[in-house]
Amino acid sequence: MTSALSPSTLAEALEIRASRPEATPVAGGTDLMVEINARRLRPSALLDLSRIEELGEWGRDNGRVFLGAGVTFARIERELTEFRPLVEASRWVASPQIRNRATIGGNLATASPAGDSIPVLAAYEADVIVASAGGARRRLPIGQFLVGPKRTSLVPDELIVGVEWTPVDGHGSFAKVGRRSAMVIAIASACLQVDEERETVRLALGSVAPTVVRAPLAERFAERLDWSDPATLAEFGRLAASEARPIDDLRGSAAYRRHVVEVLARRALERAGEARC
Amino acid sequence: MLIHTVVNGVEHELDVPTGASLLSLLRDGLGLTGTKNACEEGECGSCSAWLDGELVCTCLVPALQADGREVRTIEALAQGDRLHAVQEAFLAAGAAQCGFCTPGLVTAVVDLLERSPDPHDDEIRLALEGNLCRCTGYRKVLDAVHLAAGRDGIPTAVALGRVGESALRVDGRAKVTGSFEYGGDLHVAGMLHGATLRSPHASARILSIDTTLAEAAPGVRAVLTAADVPGRETFGLEYSDQPVLASDVVRYEGEPVALVAADTLEDARRAAELIDVEYEPTPAVVDMEGALQPDAPLVHEFGNVLRHVHIEHGDLDAAAADVWVEGYFETPMQDHAALGLEAALASPAADGGVDLRTMTQWSHVDLQQVAACLDLPPEKIRISLAGLGGAFGSREDLHGQIHASMLALRTGRPVKTTCSREDSFHAHVHRHPSRTWIRFGATRDGYLVAADVRLVLDGGAYASASPAVLANATTFAAGPYDVPNARLEGTVVYTNNPPCGAMRGFGAPQVCFAYESAMDLLAGKLGVDPVELRLRNAVGTGSILPTGQVLTGSAPLRELIERCSAIPLPDEEPAAHLTRGVGFAVGFKNIAYSEGFDDSAQATVTFRPGPGEPEVEVRTAAVDYGQGLYTVLAQIARTELGVERVVVVPAHTGEIESAGSTSASRQTTMAGGSVLMACREIRTELEANGWSEPVTRTATHHHRPTTGFDEDGQGDIHVSFAFVAERAVVDVDEELGIARVVQLAAVQDAGRVINPQGAEGQVEGGAAIGLGLALMEEMRLDDGRIANPSFTDYLIPTVLDVPVVISEFVEEPEPDAPYGVKGIGELATVAATPAIVAALRAATGRELNRVPVAPDDLLGLRPPAVTAGRAPIPDVPGQEAIPEYLGLGLGQQELMKAR
Repeated sequence: MTSALSPSTLAEALEIRASRPEATPVAGGTDLMVEINARRLRPSALLDLSRIEELGEWGRDNGRVFLGAGVTFARIERELTEFRPLVEASRWVASPQIRNRATIGGNLATASPAGDSIPVLAAYEADVIVASAGGARRRLPIGQFLVGPKRTSLVPDELIVGVEWTPVDGHGSFAKVGRRSAMVIAIASACLQVDEERETVRLALGSVAPTVVRAPLAERFAERLDWSDPATLAEFGRLAASEARPIDDLRGSAAYRRHVVEVLARRALERAGEARC
Repeated sequence: MLIHTVVNGVEHELDVPTGASLLSLLRDGLGLTGTKNACEEGECGSCSAWLDGELVCTCLVPALQADGREVRTIEALAQGDRLHAVQEAFLAAGAAQCGFCTPGLVTAVVDLLERSPDPHDDEIRLALEGNLCRCTGYRKVLDAVHLAAGRDGIPTAVALGRVGESALRVDGRAKVTGSFEYGGDLHVAGMLHGATLRSPHASARILSIDTTLAEAAPGVRAVLTAADVPGRETFGLEYSDQPVLASDVVRYEGEPVALVAADTLEDARRAAELIDVEYEPTPAVVDMEGALQPDAPLVHEFGNVLRHVHIEHGDLDAAAADVWVEGYFETPMQDHAALGLEAALASPAADGGVDLRTMTQWSHVDLQQVAACLDLPPEKIRISLAGLGGAFGSREDLHGQIHASMLALRTGRPVKTTCSREDSFHAHVHRHPSRTWIRFGATRDGYLVAADVRLVLDGGAYASASPAVLANATTFAAGPYDVPNARLEGTVVYTNNPPCGAMRGFGAPQVCFAYESAMDLLAGKLGVDPVELRLRNAVGTGSILPTGQVLTGSAPLRELIERCSAIPLPDEEPAAHLTRGVGFAVGFKNIAYSEGFDDSAQATVTFRPGPGEPEVEVRTAAVDYGQGLYTVLAQIARTELGVERVVVVPAHTGEIESAGSTSASRQTTMAGGSVLMACREIRTELEANGWSEPVTRTATHHHRPTTGFDEDGQGDIHVSFAFVAERAVVDVDEELGIARVVQLAAVQDAGRVINPQGAEGQVEGGAAIGLGLALMEEMRLDDGRIANPSFTDYLIPTVLDVPVVISEFVEEPEPDAPYGVKGIGELATVAATPAIVAALRAATGRELNRVPVAPDDLLGLRPPAVTAGRAPIPDVPGQEAIPEYLGLGLGQQELMKAR
């Protein structure tokens, strides 16, 4: 039934990727088809990834969580409930119809600084697993995978297999601000993940720099401090804002984005502090 | 690529092009047009259907992914004549207006209820967050879900309702099943597809156009440019100033330059890209005040002033005010965002003419323009109506009517033109951006004595309905208040921005934002409650407006204010980090056309005694674009003739006279009036001669005559007025600058409510468009070019943004109107915006003098809009009345040209 460009295994897909470089990979299609419908892209062929079962798998192994590139946001909402920030971010992705199709791998491949799941993956310190024909795999920390707005370090014969991270104990949260209450591209977003064991926090910011970025100054500042102290919270927010490199665009001003980062970061740490009590 | 897919249980083998969407497979490949195309970027949900049991936006599914999978669409829900329970609920609850979003919403609700049969309100809203509706304001949609979930207490419509009852929509069944045929669904065998090449520049000279490559491209049947226009080179609603196709210059981004007809839409679009146009960009006039500067480039040779209206009443300079307030206010370019995209299907006729099916608000005014440009006698062109997916003013101007006809005449084949969402942003007019300087003077005890208003509207590159919009804005600029001394100066200018024209409210929303903001400033300065201040100054029957016009009709504004302010506030307190604000506003607007224009409406009614039960047929060229006009006309016929079975038939231009435009809140009065007259004549006949023979009567309803302005702007300008009072409750996150409207209450002057459910739907949906203007809607222009021509970037409210709108009506009959009715289509939009902004000011204490209010405004990151002072009053010839339609009379621009 399926043609040569609708492989059912990853190995086949990678072979096609190598032999038919003109075939544009498509999983859920929710980003790619926007470009095709608008006639900004006219691929001569599509490489359909939606039938590859192994890309739709997720699970734990050896203390690591693997999330296949083909897992949709609807499935994340239903199945990955223990990963609260990831679920919160998934709920913010477009609409139910889109979440039934859009995949985590697609969000990564599009590599928008406003990609809703990416700050969470950054705060999880996830690695992106990519593969090429013959089975060679690379494991790229998210900060190396994303190299610019809508640019990744994926090379032409590679496909995204999935993401992998080591779950940590501690409170995590995701928040996003947009101009309306649903179906909106982030003006700014933030994910905070506490690692109680190492007594560290990780803060990742979306839509306020060419790629999703971490906020190391704020992260280091927050270690071993009292997160119920308003002065601590305020300084945490201020530092986070200082680490944003936002621009003015249609959706929001740079000044507003910086401001939002300050508020979201402060509130996230405050919530984390409350969760500790 | 060949695929095998099962759609609604039927297996298909189909050859699909790479990159084609499942939506196009369903619509173009299988003719399943119940699944709608409105944005092609997953931002509206109109194309929702199931793929292997999961609800998806079919526009974003590559068709080849349907290979080996099962698709279920809206068409699978009804079993023969038996509707699905959700479809029944949408019908009964009045959840379908234009109906374009309805199939998508119905599928989303079915999907929800299959997973969760007893959902609570929040769950419902979250499930529907991906489905945009522009008509309903979502309240009736939520009602439908509760009804489908088996809940009690949801108001429902009755099958054969008469005047005063919530009658089921006559077209509702087709809308909930997806079988209602919209312009985009039109199809005839052998038809070609048209595409339009548009200018990428806001202002440029055209040096050359080379169509050679396009003509040689696959599937191409015709390529046309300005030289191919058979008749008059220009068209327009009020002035004929807009080229059918640009020849020597382009005056806005998106202006049509060339046309292609080809075998497929894709062929046509590709060929259009191959047309080589050499442009020489010229300086663009993009600022409305800049257009008034003496050294501004001229958009048209006759100057940049499109119209100026000057109204002088009493003696402003001698007005004895104890206190003055002053403000400056800005509103943006707003888009109608009707979900149904423009389309027109022209078929060459045997008589050498054209049969044209299209989406319009006024077939006969289309006809006048199309006939002149095609150089055909009007009787050789028959314009009939295609289904409209909303309009709100955006289908008053021609989009593809002339273009499709030219291509059809050239190729001898039927040609359909269609717009993508991006095309659509360029193909229709928008709401005028405005700047208003306003001063109100009052006595110490809070009575207005003076209004001094100066306003400028940006008309964009062509006139459209700008002259009439300006007249409205200027005449309403002092608000629905008794103000003895007023000077109101309004100017609409040409610029190289996209053309602006009619949009719900038609000049009233812009000034309502200004005068209601000024009233709040005055209330603050005087220390008077804002509601009380409005009560003190509200007009009533017998009041004199700044034009000198005496309010002779009903004007229950005080009662509206009292009723609205008495509606209970929300029970729930705001969450801890939110600040609540409450704002109040009133507004008013004219009904029907003004300034001496006789926009009559004709209808033909036929009574047939049988066989079987008696039947009445109503034929009219009046357009129902979703608001429910045909249902209202059926109710009138049922009531007048005591017959249950009534059929309303949209008539083409060859078989009946004009019914006027479905705009200006006029059709219930005007088309309704003509049906009422015809029915009463039939009844007289039947009562005299028995009810056994068929009787047909044609009647034409005219409103009372009005006049133009005299040199001081005095005159009996408007036919009649309707009023509204609205109250908004908002919760603001003052740290994030994010606001949510938690309650909107609207009490509207309706004269007499013909269909309560339909009337509520108009108020709920109208208020939602005002909410959009207050908080998010703005066409962003970058040197004249639209920066956000998509539903990703032009945001309209979702179901999560619009609260339950509380709507009530005051019924004080309008003299001389059928049943005492007043149109109710526009008013809720007018006062919703200032009420919401007033609530935001109450919550934040900020000045907020422009809409949409951005988070930066609520946080003080962006200062209020500033002005260098009042825009100059242009030196233009005297105050001519608005010209006859189609430039038959003289407007200011013609006078200036003559000077």
